[in-house]
Amino acid sequence: MSLLEIAGVSKRFGGLQAVKDVAFRVEKGAIKAVIGPNGAGKTTLFHLVSGVLAPDAGEVRLRGQAIQGRPTHEIAAQGLSRTFQHIRLFAGMTALENAMVGAHVAGRAGFLAGMLHLPWTWREERALRERAREALDLVGVLPLADQDATRLSYGQQRAVELARALAGGPELLLLDEPAAGLNMRETAGLARLLGRIRDRGVTLLVVEHDMSLVMNVSDEVVVLSYGEKIADAAPREVQRDPHVVQVYLGEDAC
Amino acid sequence: MPRSRYARVALLVAAVVAVQLATEWGGKPFFLTQLTMSAYYTLVAVGLSLLMGFAGQISLGHAAFFAIGGYGSALLTTLDLSPARGSAAVSLLARTGLLAARTDLSGAEALSVAPWPAFACAIALAAAVAWIVGVPVLKLKGHYLAMATLGFGTIVHSVVLGTQRLGAADGLGGVPAFRLLPGLAVGGGRAARVENYYVAWGLVALAMLVLGNLVESRVGRALRAIHGAEDAAGSMGVDVGRYKLRTFVLSAVLAAAGGAFLTHLTGGIGPGEASVMKSVRYVAIVAVGGMGSLWGTLATSATLEFVSLRGWFGTLDDAAFAVVLLFVMLFSPDGLLRLDLPAALRAARGRLSPGPDAETEP
Amino acid sequence: MSVALALQYLVAGLTYGTIYAVVGVGFNIIYNATGIINFAQGEFVMVGGMTAVTLHAFLPLPAAIAGAVLVTMALGALVEVTFIRWLGRPSVLRMIVITIGVSILIREVALHVWGEQVRALPYFTGDEVTALELGGVRVSPQVLWSLGTCLAIVAALWFFFRRTTLGREMRACAANRDAAALCGLSTRNLVTLSFVLSAGIGALAGCVVSPITYTSYSIGAGLALKGFTVAVLGGLGGSGAAVAAGFVVGILESASVAVLPAAYKDAVAVAVLLAILFLRPSGLFGSREAERLRAS
Repeated sequence: MSLLEIAGVSKRFGGLQAVKDVAFRVEKGAIKAVIGPNGAGKTTLFHLVSGVLAPDAGEVRLRGQAIQGRPTHEIAAQGLSRTFQHIRLFAGMTALENAMVGAHVAGRAGFLAGMLHLPWTWREERALRERAREALDLVGVLPLADQDATRLSYGQQRAVELARALAGGPELLLLDEPAAGLNMRETAGLARLLGRIRDRGVTLLVVEHDMSLVMNVSDEVVVLSYGEKIADAAPREVQRDPHVVQVYLGEDAC
Repeated sequence: MPRSRYARVALLVAAVVAVQLATEWGGKPFFLTQLTMSAYYTLVAVGLSLLMGFAGQISLGHAAFFAIGGYGSALLTTLDLSPARGSAAVSLLARTGLLAARTDLSGAEALSVAPWPAFACAIALAAAVAWIVGVPVLKLKGHYLAMATLGFGTIVHSVVLGTQRLGAADGLGGVPAFRLLPGLAVGGGRAARVENYYVAWGLVALAMLVLGNLVESRVGRALRAIHGAEDAAGSMGVDVGRYKLRTFVLSAVLAAAGGAFLTHLTGGIGPGEASVMKSVRYVAIVAVGGMGSLWGTLATSATLEFVSLRGWFGTLDDAAFAVVLLFVMLFSPDGLLRLDLPAALRAARGRLSPGPDAETEP
Repeated sequence: MSVALALQYLVAGLTYGTIYAVVGVGFNIIYNATGIINFAQGEFVMVGGMTAVTLHAFLPLPAAIAGAVLVTMALGALVEVTFIRWLGRPSVLRMIVITIGVSILIREVALHVWGEQVRALPYFTGDEVTALELGGVRVSPQVLWSLGTCLAIVAALWFFFRRTTLGREMRACAANRDAAALCGLSTRNLVTLSFVLSAGIGALAGCVVSPITYTSYSIGAGLALKGFTVAVLGGLGGSGAAVAAGFVVGILESASVAVLPAAYKDAVAVAVLLAILFLRPSGLFGSREAERLRAS
């Protein structure tokens, strides 16, 4: 059984068919990339998988269980976490607090326990903080833990967002253009980081524009164009696929 | 201010004692009456501060919950059940100790619900109403949420004002004192002034401790996350709808408790307590105290309500609240404590000069 | 309920509906220009009516009304310049609180100027017992004045926004403030103008209905809530929809007196508002604009 299975998923916004009958699988432990020109439906596909949007048709299965149309927080509790194309850090909270919200799914203290400050919640808080620090350390921003997250530099904010997504210990991590706005050196660092995250047993599904990153780190690549899947193969094969080349470079290139 | 919430609560307790001693030595013991009343309004304000400042949801209808608490307690503790003494239900209630005999305003024997069960019923009613209203209302945002809560407040106000059973324009009176524990009562007139003062501020201290715990907990963090970026909070596994709703209910319960206690303290409640202006005042207090600052709200509420209750604003009472509110919102939207007047004026001058519009606030 | 009584309720509903409609249109004008819901909208109606009554003590009625409208327009400009203009683009929460503060301030000033007394202008034609027989229903000429004024306001606004350069500039500003600014339009002045316009029509309506509905310092908040109901019911869009919505709310409210205690009358409009917000946020006549806003 694949960790994530997308089967015949479609989504329409008014007159625009954003995603059309897309199907593919993500195997446990893999790094899978989704690429495609602007407007190909990549981010919409992410929203459909993470529960921000509900598909018009088709199924999204996590460990064989249909999750499409479920609320985002339930899907997150099932071990699926994500970052956003436009950074969505929590304003007015430190980097550590942001990452601790990421670890939310690993805790269970509710209103009553919180109000009464019950002893078991102290231990839980320590555990959540430890997880958050570990995640910040993994992405290399632990020294910034106590800084206001939204005042950090762009690259640091991206890193905190990644740490936040990791802190809950997800099984599947969705990254929406993690290299956007990063320079070449930072992108190379990101590639190594994605490898380390995978080595910890986290499966990755990455939407990305940066071809060098995609070709370097991913095991498999799905190519979308106008909402439809036009390729799903290893990076080398995708690069040679005439259809993909045509979509990326235009008709004349063929 | 000390950072630890326990140190802050200890400081509050010390301040409460100091103020009592000061009024005693300063020859103004009657100040305690208004200080006690302001404590109960402060319960509403800190609950609303949790909702507005942490969960980021505005409510222009919190006076309604205060009124539900107050009217609920008042109605049950003054409703004379003695004509129905013979009925099975009433005698069963009487045997379980839920009823209390008392003498009513005209000196006649009366049998009514005892304050504790009445309080429990009033709080449960407020929580139930908050839950029922909150489910649809909290799905709304911005102006719609503001208007919907304002509308809810208006409905409660018109119902209270238009219902004979609730005393219509006169409200309900003759509410007995509420004996919380042996020797600790809310109400009982001037003789119990010091006792009432300590009970009231003790309850506020307790609320601050509990809310302080909450905002520093996993739930508090999640609430701030909802305030910061609702969709991202959801994607991190925070059940946004449920957290908003619970916060709404919690703040409604605090408001209702404030209403119930104040009603026992003063012996009655009127429809003015449910008015939209009251709701706006609570919002003003939270805004002035600084969104997201329970202690700022506490300080603002205690001060403004006391000054208002003493009548120092005279006939300009509502106007004073409006002016304070406008001043803070124009120059220091994060609360009075974070006022930076030169910076605010510079920003204003910059924006008034011709040129592209200023950046949108986050 | 007899037909005659039903028609009587209808007429009363239309009268109140007029004022709700005009307040709703006022909300729309400012909302379109700024994205702000101006909670002080009802106060413009109050100030218009009260000023006209005061001026009428020494001026003929038309002059008193014209004076009141001008005074209220100046107040609208003052509010915008003092409280809105220099804020840039504040958060929704901050703007709600500021316009509420403004409305309380205006109300309190009115209380100190005019006291708690309920006032009214005299009937424009005849007096309170004058009535026209229209299909078996006795209708005060003032009701016709109100309806006529409301329709005239809508027609004038339509002409202004569609046929004049200034109106077109305001629409451009409403559609895209940044683009309008880039085209050299003074968006700030257009925003001020939107406050002036909506204050003016509110004041005019406040004068015309005051012989029937009366006016006092405290009517603003209730009118704002009902006007907002109307604006939402009309889908926060055009004036025509708002007027239709105003009549719907006015009629519902006056008909409710037949089944509910009169004291609950105010709650009826609010219940309508809550029902729309929960069930059909784009309004009965509205576009998807409101839906988009609700979700954003």
